[in-house]
Amino acid sequence: MSKIKTLTVETQCYHCGEDLPFSPYILADKQFCCLGCQGVYQILSSHNLENYYAYNDVPGQTQKTQTPRLEYLDEPTITTDLVDYQDEETTVITFYIPAIHCSSCIWLLENLYKINPAIVQSRIDFLKKQVVITFKNKALSLRELAETLSRIGYEPLISLQDVVKKQQNDVSDRQLIRKIAVAGFCFGNTMLLSFPEYFGLSGLEQQFKDFFGWLNLAFCLPVVFYCARDYFSSAWVNLKNGVLNLDFPLALGIAVMFLRSAAEIFSRSGAGFADTLCGLVFFLLVGRWMQKHTYHHLSFERDYRSYFPVAVTLLKDNKESPLPLNKLKQGDRILIRSNEIIPADAILLNGTAKLDFSFVTGESIPVEKVLGEVVYAGGRQLDGAIELEVIKPVSQSYLTRLWNNETFTADKDRIKTFSGTASKYFSIALLAVAIGSGLFWLFKEDPSKALASFTAVLIIACPCALALSSPFTLAAVLSIFDKNKFYLKNTAVIEELARIDTFVFDKTGTITNPEAANFTFNGKITDLQKQWVSDLARNSGHPLSRELVKWIALPKQYTALDYQEKVGRGISGLIDGQLIRLGSTTFLGIDPIPQLQGSTVHVMIEDQYLGYFLSSQQWRNGFKDLVLNLGRHADLHLLSGDQEHDRKSLIPFFPSIQHMHFRQSPQNKLDYIKTLQNKGHKVLMFGDGLNDAGALKQSDLGVAVTDNINNFTPGCDAILDGSSFSRIPNFIRQAKDAVRVIHMSFGISLVYNALGLFFAVQGTLSPLIAAILMPASTITIISFTSIAARLYARKNHLL
Amino acid sequence: MNMIYMLIGISILLALIFLLAFFWASKTGQNDDTYTPSIRMLFDEEATGKADQKSDEDHL
Repeated sequence: MSKIKTLTVETQCYHCGEDLPFSPYILADKQFCCLGCQGVYQILSSHNLENYYAYNDVPGQTQKTQTPRLEYLDEPTITTDLVDYQDEETTVITFYIPAIHCSSCIWLLENLYKINPAIVQSRIDFLKKQVVITFKNKALSLRELAETLSRIGYEPLISLQDVVKKQQNDVSDRQLIRKIAVAGFCFGNTMLLSFPEYFGLSGLEQQFKDFFGWLNLAFCLPVVFYCARDYFSSAWVNLKNGVLNLDFPLALGIAVMFLRSAAEIFSRSGAGFADTLCGLVFFLLVGRWMQKHTYHHLSFERDYRSYFPVAVTLLKDNKESPLPLNKLKQGDRILIRSNEIIPADAILLNGTAKLDFSFVTGESIPVEKVLGEVVYAGGRQLDGAIELEVIKPVSQSYLTRLWNNETFTADKDRIKTFSGTASKYFSIALLAVAIGSGLFWLFKEDPSKALASFTAVLIIACPCALALSSPFTLAAVLSIFDKNKFYLKNTAVIEELARIDTFVFDKTGTITNPEAANFTFNGKITDLQKQWVSDLARNSGHPLSRELVKWIALPKQYTALDYQEKVGRGISGLIDGQLIRLGSTTFLGIDPIPQLQGSTVHVMIEDQYLGYFLSSQQWRNGFKDLVLNLGRHADLHLLSGDQEHDRKSLIPFFPSIQHMHFRQSPQNKLDYIKTLQNKGHKVLMFGDGLNDAGALKQSDLGVAVTDNINNFTPGCDAILDGSSFSRIPNFIRQAKDAVRVIHMSFGISLVYNALGLFFAVQGTLSPLIAAILMPASTITIISFTSIAARLYARKNHLL
Repeated sequence: MNMIYMLIGISILLALIFLLAFFWASKTGQNDDTYTPSIRMLFDEEATGKADQKSDEDHL
């Protein structure tokens, strides 16, 4: 056992667990994959923080990526928006750190004070991936703090949008929980006080009857006027707008129950329905709480503000200074360094622009711009630093204008839910029965019974079970989806998913797998030569080299000598005594081969040109089955911002050529969805980048596909992890089954209602029957929905 | 039997105290993060295990 252990440790970086390169960095018997990882270890060990490695194997994150520039954190105008609290001495700030993933992270980040004594305290919230840091702002600046975090591998993600929204949900959440606590407290006590009445009081105990009654009524007061307040206000607002939603019969039931209980207790004519009332409100609030399920680490409302940096480097009088993005004006000169994003439409003044617009347009091949050309916001600079002059403020740029499109300001709360539709008819039927039975007894000249039956109908038919069937079913389905890495914004999305009849796919990044490329070799190569190529490429960090090694999939045999890398051009080295060179045609000094679609890696061994590897994008796992499966019941469409070179290979997947559209601008995509909707289709859009953001919002259901849920995803209704892409048909079947479960539980609750109505219309509903029926129906519904939802999930292979 | 008045009064008072305790806990944010403390309590007070004493028992 121990032998195996040492073996694995030796081939892995001690810090991050990545495979070791040919010549690993060695420090104190530990091997590291890069200087970054070694640096982190050095910092930690010099501060006696080696326990970090004791709690988990290889807890670190790879340090191969560059650390960002954080000068803007010195700018007070920017930082005041970021900090939670600040006075003369101390500052409190909450950072969102995506790298938090294990117990070692918690341990290290809570021991930050050992690294820098100016840090007073740091507290982690693991599920939210947040750390709250209190520090002395005289001894440590915010920028230094962020840099310290970055240096040990926990780079905070700072964006203005995520900071703005922060705490609001917490407050309403707490309020709801408080209401549940009060309702539960009153429910328990009223039940206790009502039991003697139900079991029958002996003559001696009759004196307590009034006492219990008054106490019960006292417990009802906070329940009706505090806990149930929302139901009254919601029913009132909806009634004013001419809508009959489920809150109306609920509020009516609660009000009638309270008034009748009060009347009975005041007039000493009965015990009232105090415990039924408290129980009803308690269960309703629990249902509401279930529905409110939120993902702390996901955001469905992201827009360009969380994609763009917080600040940009301004050039003025040959001096560089950070400027908050929202202060950027027309005519400003800005400096964009390698790997930074262009935040506003601008003219190129200096440097060579090689821009990756894949996130904006979907086009994967980098675009080169010459001096004086207009560069649109959203591109990522790949080459060296460039100077630009801003021609439009951030909010007016081509990309952001698309976002501020008026169609989106109308909120997407238009999803129709079953309980919404059903409650309309339910409310009308309920009122009809109540008034009918009241009139019946009036004709029989029994006014007291008329009143009793009228109120009893409203009490017993109070649609508690109906109100709970949707939240409990949908919450169960939501957690099942969650286990399968499909994260929905809210429960209403499930019902919408069941109605979808048209699917629209984006291509790049959505149906293609950005991680894995497929290679074909043009020319002749032997297996041994492939081995050589793989062993050479293993030394390089270039994405193409890594993909090539992954694709060749041969274990390492040889080590490269005299290894050299010209970044972005090619690599060379001696393998098994042979000089191997891989890279572009210019690197190898041969004539370029025209009209190749996709990236190429040319191979030269001992000055003999063998041919080239051509990479093509690979479809996601299970894409073929998925398309065949979905295509049987629904229309499939493809919208790609890319060129047409994949058209041929996609023909077998999409039923008709009219459904495939290439070179689509973000606006085209949005309009296409709109036309589909105008034809009466319910459209689901799968997308991944900013270029799909408009279409995602316009569609009835926008799903963002991503391989790392911590990455940026555009605003959407649901986020799907790429590894679950092939399960989409299962998700849709489950959504349809969920709606079926809701229908069934609606039927069950109607049976209970009919049973209660049988007593109610006769005017003989006793508090005891109500006290049995209400919890019984509630518990039946809760258990039925959660069991049925799980059974269906098993049938659909989701559990 | 008049004892019952007092007993019920006391029981409700006790329940009220618990309710208020819950309010206090929720107000001070003790229910905001229900996961991290469960890991935090497992850390040793001061570093005892050295990094190279990695063993399965040490892992959480």
